[in-house]
Amino acid sequence: MLSTPLIALIPLLPVLTFALIALVGRKYFPSLCGVLGTLSMLVSFMLAATVAYDYFFLVGKVGNVYQQIIPLKYTWLQFSPNVAIDMGILLDPISVMMILVVTLVSLMVHFYSLGYMKGDERYATYYSFLALFTFSMLGLVLSSNIFQIYIFWELVGVSSYLLIGYYFDKPSAVAASKKAFIVTRFADLGFLIGILVLSYYAGTLDFQTLILRLTTPTDQLHTIVAASFMGCSALTWGLVLIFIGGAGKSAMFPLHIWLPDAMEGPTPVSALIHAATMVVAGVFLVARLFPIYAISCPPALEVVKWVGISSSFIAAVIACTQTDIKRVLAFSTMSQIGYMMFALGVSGYGGENGLGYMASMFHLFTHAMFKALLFLGAGAIIHYVHSNEIKDMGGLRKLMPVTHLTFLIACLAIAGIPPFAGFFSKEEILQAAFQSNKLIFGIAVITAAITAFYMFRLYFSIFWNKPLAPKGESHDAHEEHHDHGEAPITMKIPLVILALLSICVGLIPFGKFVSSDGAPLLTEFHIGFSVVPVLLATAGIFLARSFYMKESLAPARMADSMKGLYRAAYNKFYIDEIYLFITKKIIFNLVGRPAAWIDKNVVDGTMNLTATITGKTSYAIRKVQSGKLQSYAVYFFVGVIGFVLVFVYWWK
Amino acid sequence: MIGLTHYLFVSCALFFIGIYGFLTRRNLITMLMSIELILNSVNINFIAFNKFLFADKLDGLFFTIFIITIAAAEAAVAIAIIINLYRNHHTIDVEEVNAMKF
Repeated sequence: MLSTPLIALIPLLPVLTFALIALVGRKYFPSLCGVLGTLSMLVSFMLAATVAYDYFFLVGKVGNVYQQIIPLKYTWLQFSPNVAIDMGILLDPISVMMILVVTLVSLMVHFYSLGYMKGDERYATYYSFLALFTFSMLGLVLSSNIFQIYIFWELVGVSSYLLIGYYFDKPSAVAASKKAFIVTRFADLGFLIGILVLSYYAGTLDFQTLILRLTTPTDQLHTIVAASFMGCSALTWGLVLIFIGGAGKSAMFPLHIWLPDAMEGPTPVSALIHAATMVVAGVFLVARLFPIYAISCPPALEVVKWVGISSSFIAAVIACTQTDIKRVLAFSTMSQIGYMMFALGVSGYGGENGLGYMASMFHLFTHAMFKALLFLGAGAIIHYVHSNEIKDMGGLRKLMPVTHLTFLIACLAIAGIPPFAGFFSKEEILQAAFQSNKLIFGIAVITAAITAFYMFRLYFSIFWNKPLAPKGESHDAHEEHHDHGEAPITMKIPLVILALLSICVGLIPFGKFVSSDGAPLLTEFHIGFSVVPVLLATAGIFLARSFYMKESLAPARMADSMKGLYRAAYNKFYIDEIYLFITKKIIFNLVGRPAAWIDKNVVDGTMNLTATITGKTSYAIRKVQSGKLQSYAVYFFVGVIGFVLVFVYWWK
Repeated sequence: MIGLTHYLFVSCALFFIGIYGFLTRRNLITMLMSIELILNSVNINFIAFNKFLFADKLDGLFFTIFIITIAAAEAAVAIAIIINLYRNHHTIDVEEVNAMKF
């Protein structure tokens, strides 16, 4: 096993890089910052890979079960003998898997950005933000304490805010970053209250103790179940509130509104934060507390399940109508995360029941690969075309062969076509859903088909659709594009690596390593079962092919025939408008304005009144303090005479 | 026969003349002189009481000597201040010395 300092170095390297770049590098060697960041990320990744190898193959197992290992624990704030905020590292299958994913994707993004961000004015700043984000994310997944995870959770939010608003001279980017921050911050309020509820009853903030106390019949469990508020037990409330935090970060319906707008950030950032790592933090959080959800509180898990499946379906429908390539990908991310969520929701704890849990983690793993690939591919396309709109693209397959091929692989993977990675994880999820709830299964299969459709809508629109010369430009412009070239080599290499991974990670026997209780879960593969989903996905692909392979009027006619639905989906089911209505019309008018009135007139009024009275009084009596010695002497003399009279005639 | 009452009458008259002068005069030196009058009225008081009520003791006498000493020092200080004031403001009118007033 690696020594503790080396494990601690995995998150610490990025933060050191961040400090170095932000404090020194930005000023003295800005052009080297990218290489510096990438190298430190490479070291971090290698360390993570070593840790993963050691954990999964050498030391993690005791008997047949993967243990939770805490190589580092530092008591930071001690409140009482039992309650403390620790800073520690917790290694268990999911956290090890996550550090691998985070460092890998982050490395790819760092490397890719060398080409993508080249020549940008704030190149060094960009890399410092990336390093900060990677640090926060690694800290989040390694947290051994629920409060520690909250701290890193917020750090992740901040770095996401910084990166979305990276192009701060664009008003839309500024608005998007604020929106993302406020929406997730709002959800985090739920998370914080959830933490307080759980830790109040369990009497600890430490994950292991917390889970132990709330899953075995202890006093703490009895009190928290007995304590009820508005018809639900405190445990249910706590877990649902924590899930709200997770749903905010993971862009679950109805807190998803920030994710599409977050695409204003640089594309590699979208790949890293808004596809592969940060947005799965919510899934990770539920998975981290999964024993409590599954063993002690099935109602909370029901919430997770229905929120997951509805987000998944709604996002898939919206994705079919969007015309901005990154927004399509954003909604597909939301849809896939919905998959992971409801997979957790249908899962039970331990043994065969834990299939959903394992499937969810598996999908998280594969999704990180192919979604990062999709975004990086989209980045390459945007780099080439200088536009986000699908209609500006088309016929790019000969011009960008590498991007074309890798994008195709990613699309196949996300559509769930064997033998690509997405197929395996999606099948596990569908199987788990099938065993638990037929309705969920049905919606999930339909969603899978829609997923295939909109991904290939994107694929065909970008790479086929139009004749080879993009935008129908003249011959000269065409030549110019050729000179411009597909993408620099630094952008192609990550695409190729991720494409290879998207092909083969599905073959990993994931259940052997990650399962709800640590014991290996051997999954059988039912060929018969996967026929229907694959056929539906293929149908989706062919439908997309017939619509978008050549320029045709069919899609427009189709949209016309379902006008209301199309319009609604195109406008994201008006959820943004509903939010605006609620906040602007209802909350601002009914709560905000009265509160402002009270603040202005009652609170400030009291203060102003005091000030006015003091001022008036002092103005009135300032004549007394004339500064004239002789009038003072008169006062003094009159006073003395007064005293004398009092003492002589009245006091006696 | 001159008794205690006569002394007190003189002292009282001196005191109020001093007070009147202090309150009505605008000239600093006149005010200083008025203060001296007040002090001296007190001195007379002390001596008179000492002589008529506690003839075997010397407390009042000592007090008076102290007051005379201190009054001399005080007059020196006050006149020094007044001279400085005159140098800076070319006046010793108490009404016009208002440079520090808000």
